[in-house]
Amino acid sequence: MAAKPKLWYFRGRGRMESIRWLLAAAGVEFEEEVLETREQYEKLQKDGRLLFGQVPLVEIDGMELTQTRAILSSLATKDNLHGKDPKETVRIDMYAEGTLDLMMMVALAAFKPPEEKEESLALVLKKAKTQHFPVFEKILKDHGEDFLVGNKFSWADIQLLEAILMVEELDASVLSDFPLLKEFKTRISNIPTIKKFLKPGSQRKPPPDSHYVEVVRNVLQF
Amino acid sequence: MSRKPILHYFNGRGRMECIRWLLAAAGVEFEEKLIEKPEDLNKLKNDGSLLFQQVPMVEIDGMNLVQTRAILNYIATKYNLYGKDIKERALIDMYSEGVADLGEMIMLLPLCPAAEKDAKVTLIREKTTNRFLPAFENALKSHGQDYLVGNKLSRADIHLVELLYYVEELDPSLLANFPLLKALKARVSNLPAVKKFLQPGSQRKPPTDEKQIEEARKIFKF
Repeated sequence: MAAKPKLWYFRGRGRMESIRWLLAAAGVEFEEEVLETREQYEKLQKDGRLLFGQVPLVEIDGMELTQTRAILSSLATKDNLHGKDPKETVRIDMYAEGTLDLMMMVALAAFKPPEEKEESLALVLKKAKTQHFPVFEKILKDHGEDFLVGNKFSWADIQLLEAILMVEELDASVLSDFPLLKEFKTRISNIPTIKKFLKPGSQRKPPPDSHYVEVVRNVLQF
Repeated sequence: MSRKPILHYFNGRGRMECIRWLLAAAGVEFEEKLIEKPEDLNKLKNDGSLLFQQVPMVEIDGMNLVQTRAILNYIATKYNLYGKDIKERALIDMYSEGVADLGEMIMLLPLCPAAEKDAKVTLIREKTTNRFLPAFENALKSHGQDYLVGNKLSRADIHLVELLYYVEELDPSLLANFPLLKALKARVSNLPAVKKFLQPGSQRKPPTDEKQIEEARKIFKF
């Protein structure tokens, strides 16, 4: 029987959260090793487990995977969430890249000085409302199906839900002009694996706070 | 007979150059529609051909593809430059992402304010020498094969060799202690399709200069 995947990261969202979402949505149980000290990080580096000396690190199927997108792509394919042919895969990739861009802006904003952070988050809201959400609303409207690609649940749907919830944390009314996205949010949230992940006590991580920022700065020394 | 892919971007490297390299190395002829004025970009936006209102955009196989990584993934799959199975793909993705990380820093250097430039260059040199090039050199050393993954040319080799040219442009001495990388660079450069692309008069774009940045600022309004 295969061992559970093991995730090495800080106790927070950062670049690992989309990976947690994907595994959880696919119903894959995983373990987490939490990074809290510089010593732990240096040991990982010295042991040669981090290809470019960086986390996230996911141990899976005898491989030590690093680089967020490499991990996400591999997991999506493995769990049949990456489309049935290259044309579906590329659409999923385009949508996932769009949402990942948005979520990375939120993750990085946490590390900026207060004024810049506010500006960054305001920009995230603006992009979400004018650049990203209208696109996904239109996609859903044009084909009238339940999922973004190929009438089948995929990685793109998981990413979009994660992004919607993250942006709603900044402004709860952000979906007010997007009725289909509202329905999408409800529908995807009710998928049993996702419903479970959304409950308190799951491995889902909270928004970054000052303690998280401090730990990361300390471990990565910046 | 299928049409040639059409690349939409401004007349510079930016985020399109790695796509040009990959197509060229795969022996795929492509056309370019250059964005030279703000009106050119607006036309593309108004035509609805830019999913997130951004370029790069590549017209290929009846689709308008955006998001650099989605485009590269599609091309790599189509032209068999993505490994033979999921494990090889994961490795190729890890290497490609590492190349993209360092490549991004180098690409953004011309946009750096003069006062910050020296510090940025120092950082790039440090990461090149201590983080990235050693990882690739060790990968080649570990199996002693001609290419990074699966003893066969893949997108990882093409992306890496492109990067090595940029590292060399920054400072040739940065490659001094990496004999296997120098050998890979020579080997890949001598592949007929790559050799052709490296010759003057090809669609390869020159280093980014002040004039290009001015033009890009006008078109993309930043």
